[in-house]
Amino acid sequence: MIDVKDVSYQYGEKQVLHHISFTVHEGEFFGILGPNGSGKTTLMKLLSRELPLQRGNIVVCGRHIETYKPKQYAKLIAALPQHIDVSFGYTVKEMVELGRYPYQSTLFPKWTEEDDQVVDEALRCVTLAHKQHVFLEQLSGGERQRAALARALAQQPRVLLLDEPTNHMDVAQQFKLLNLLKQSKLTVVAIFHDINIASLYCDRLLFLRDGKAVACGTPRELLNESMIESVFDTCMKRHEHPVLPKPLVTFVPFLEQPIDDVPWHVTQHETMVVIETIKPFKVLSSAIVGGGTRWATTFVNRHVSLDYRCDDAAQEMIEFLRQQGFDEQWTVGMMTAVDVRDVVFTSAYEPVRLFVAVTAGVGNAVDSANAWRRTDVIASPGTINTFVFIDAHLSEAAFVQALMTVTEAKTKALYDKQVVDTQTNTIATGTSTDCTAIAASQQGTYYEYAGTITPIGKQLARFVYEATQMAIDRYNERKG
Amino acid sequence: MPKSFIQTFLNNYITASIIAIVALLLGISIGSQSIPFSSIWETLLHHTFHTSTNVPAAISQIIVSIRLPRVVLAFLVGAALALAGVAFQGLLKNVLADPYTIGVSSGAAVGAVIVFFFQLHLSFLGRFTLPIVSITFALVTLLFVLLFARLAERNMGIETIVLIGIIMNAFFGSVISLMVAFSGEELRQVISWLMGSVAMRGWPYVSLFVPFFIIGCLGLFVHIRELNAFSFGERAAANIGVHVLQKKLFILLSASLLTGAAVAVSGTIGFVGLVIPHMTRLICGANHRKLLPLSFLYGGAFLVLADVVARTIVAPRELPIGVITSLIGAPLFAMLLFKSLKRKTG
Repeated sequence: MIDVKDVSYQYGEKQVLHHISFTVHEGEFFGILGPNGSGKTTLMKLLSRELPLQRGNIVVCGRHIETYKPKQYAKLIAALPQHIDVSFGYTVKEMVELGRYPYQSTLFPKWTEEDDQVVDEALRCVTLAHKQHVFLEQLSGGERQRAALARALAQQPRVLLLDEPTNHMDVAQQFKLLNLLKQSKLTVVAIFHDINIASLYCDRLLFLRDGKAVACGTPRELLNESMIESVFDTCMKRHEHPVLPKPLVTFVPFLEQPIDDVPWHVTQHETMVVIETIKPFKVLSSAIVGGGTRWATTFVNRHVSLDYRCDDAAQEMIEFLRQQGFDEQWTVGMMTAVDVRDVVFTSAYEPVRLFVAVTAGVGNAVDSANAWRRTDVIASPGTINTFVFIDAHLSEAAFVQALMTVTEAKTKALYDKQVVDTQTNTIATGTSTDCTAIAASQQGTYYEYAGTITPIGKQLARFVYEATQMAIDRYNERKG
Repeated sequence: MPKSFIQTFLNNYITASIIAIVALLLGISIGSQSIPFSSIWETLLHHTFHTSTNVPAAISQIIVSIRLPRVVLAFLVGAALALAGVAFQGLLKNVLADPYTIGVSSGAAVGAVIVFFFQLHLSFLGRFTLPIVSITFALVTLLFVLLFARLAERNMGIETIVLIGIIMNAFFGSVISLMVAFSGEELRQVISWLMGSVAMRGWPYVSLFVPFFIIGCLGLFVHIRELNAFSFGERAAANIGVHVLQKKLFILLSASLLTGAAVAVSGTIGFVGLVIPHMTRLICGANHRKLLPLSFLYGGAFLVLADVVARTIVAPRELPIGVITSLIGAPLFAMLLFKSLKRKTG
C-alpha cells in the first residue's frame, strides 16, 4: 500500500531523516514512535506531501506520490495534523463539508446527495452529529480534533495519516477515537507518543531515533526493555496486559536507596499477627484481601472462630482492616481459625535477609492426589497460612518459583509429620484452605530464579519447612 | 451565540438586495438638486424602454449623466473593495487585511500616478493603460507584501501584517509626494483624487472599470470553496486536495484586479475591505458561500451611502469619500487589532 524506500530529508544543513525504508500494508494500523526530534513529523509531512521528496522514493498504491494530482491524492490519503487550525465563524458541518472538495469539479461544483450522506456519516462516526451547527470556536480541543477527523473521513480516503491524534483528549475520548479508527478498517499511519497506546492499537511499529529507522515490527517484537531503553533513553519494564494479549511497558522513574535496617517488624495481638514493612514490598499471594500481585506494607493474619460464616468474607475482612486502621490498598490480609498466638517465625541472613511466618492447623488436611475421591467442598478460613519476606529483587519467574518452593517445603513438612487426610486415609499434602504470600523488597541483589536448588530457594525451603513443622507441633500441643 | 434579530434580518440576499437598491436610489436622489424617487424611476424606464415621461429634461440629464454613473461607480468600487478584503482576509487568515491596510491600494495608486506623471499611453492597451498599470502595481505590491511577511515571520502574525502595511503606505506615500513635487499644477488635483472620490467620473470611467470588475468577481466567486479551505490554513487546504499555489495565485490575481482597477478609477478609498467583511461575517458567519455575495451587496451599498454623506455633509463643498470610510474604518481597525492582540496574549 505504502512503500517508503531509502528516504532522506534535510532542512538546510540539518539532516533529519537518514535512508528510511518501510512498508505499510493495506488495512494495517501502523505506528511511528520515537523521541522528540527523531524526525517523525517530517516523515509524516513527506507522506502527506506537505514537504517535497528530496531523496528516495515513496510509492502509494503502486504510483510514485509525486505523480498524483492534489485532488487524486486527497481521495487516497487524508492527513490529520497535530495542531488543528480552526477558523472562527465556521460551523462543524461547514468544516466537514470541505472534506468533499476533491470530489467536486473545479468550475461547476455540484453538491450531491451522496456528498450529504458522506458528511452525515462522518459526523456520526465522530459523534458530533448533534453539534453540527455549532461554531468551531465553541468546541473543546478534543471536539475540534474530532471535527477535523470527520473532515478527513469525508474525504473517503484509503489511508489516514495521524500526527499524535489523541493530543488534547481525555482518556475516554482517546479510546473512543482509536476504537473508531480501528473499526474503520482504514489503513492508518499514526505518530504516537504513548508507547502503551501504540502497543494496544498498532499492528506494527516503526521506531525512529535521530532520523534513522531503528526497528520495525510488531509491538511484541519491539517492546523489550533494551530496545526501549536504546530508543528512548528511559529505563522501563515490560509486563503483560491483564486481559489482552498485548505487551505494555512501565517506566521506572527513580530507584530508591536500599534499606539497611531490618525492613520488617512484627506485632502480635490476641487475634491477629501484623507484619509491617518499612517500604512497600511486591507481593504474590493467594490472600483473601490483596490476592494476586500487589504492593503492600501491611500483612495481617487474622484469627476468626471456627464457625465464621460470611457471604462476602472479603468485604467483611476489608471492613475489619479499616477498623484496625489499616489502609486496605496496601494490605495483604489472611484469615485462619487457628490460634494466632501459635505463630512461628523463622529468619535467615544468608544469602539474603529472609523472614517466614507460619500459622498451621491440620483439621482440614487434604491429600491433593486423592482429593477427587472426596465429595465434600470446604471453604472455611485458611489453616496453614505462610508469609515469606525476602529482601531481594525477584524476577516474575522467581516469584512463581518461590511459591512452588514454599509449597513443596510445606508439603514435605506435612509428610514428615505424618499428617493424614482423615477422609481418604492417605498422607495429606496440605489443608483445604491454605494461603501463601511471597513478598520481596525488589531492592538489592537481583534473582532471576528461586527454585529449590538455587541459593535463595534452598534457604526458603529450609525455613518454611522448619516453621511449618513447628507450627504443626504447637497446634497439636494446644489441641492436646 | 444566539443571533440577534438584526443579524437574522440582514442574513439573506433579499434584504441585502433591497438595501442595495434603496442605497442606489438615495444616492441618485440626494444632492444639490433633490430628485424624488418617482422621477428617477420614470427616467430609468424612459431610457431603457423608451416609455413616455414628464420628468424635465434637465433633471433627466442630471440623473443619467451625473448621478447614475456616480452611484454605479461607487457601488461597483465598494463591492470590489469589499470582495478584495474578503479574499485577503481569507488567504492571510487575518481580519486586519484589507487592500488599504496592507499597502496594495497605495501600490496601485503609485501605478496610477506614474501613468499621469509620465503621460503614459501604451498604444496596445489604449485607454486601459491606466487600470492595467494600476493592477500590475497592485499585484506586484501584493506579492512583495506576502514575500516580506513570509520572510519576517513564518506564520504571519497579526502585527506583522500591520507593520508591513505601515511600511508600504509610508514608502509609496513618499514616492507619490516626490512625483507630485516634481510635477506642475495639473498633478495637484491628483492629491484630492488620491483621497478617494467617485465624483465627476461619468460613464467612461464606469466602462473602464467594469471589465476588470467582472473578471475579478468571477475569479473570486469560482473560488469560494478554496477560500473556505484556505481559512483553515494552507496545510489543511493542501490536505483536502486544493492545489495551493495555483489557487492562491488565482485568488490573489483576482483580488489585485479588483483593487487595482478600483484605485485607478476612484483613488485610494480605505477600510471598505475591512469594515464590510467584518460586519458581514457578524451577520452570516465566515463561510464564503454567503460571505462573498453578501459582502458584495453590502460593500456596494456602503460606498454609495458614504458618497452621499461625503457630498452633503459640508455642501456645497464635497469631502473626499475616503475621509468618510476612514472615519468609520480606522476605529474599527483599532478595535479589531486590540481584540486580536488580546486573544493572543490571553
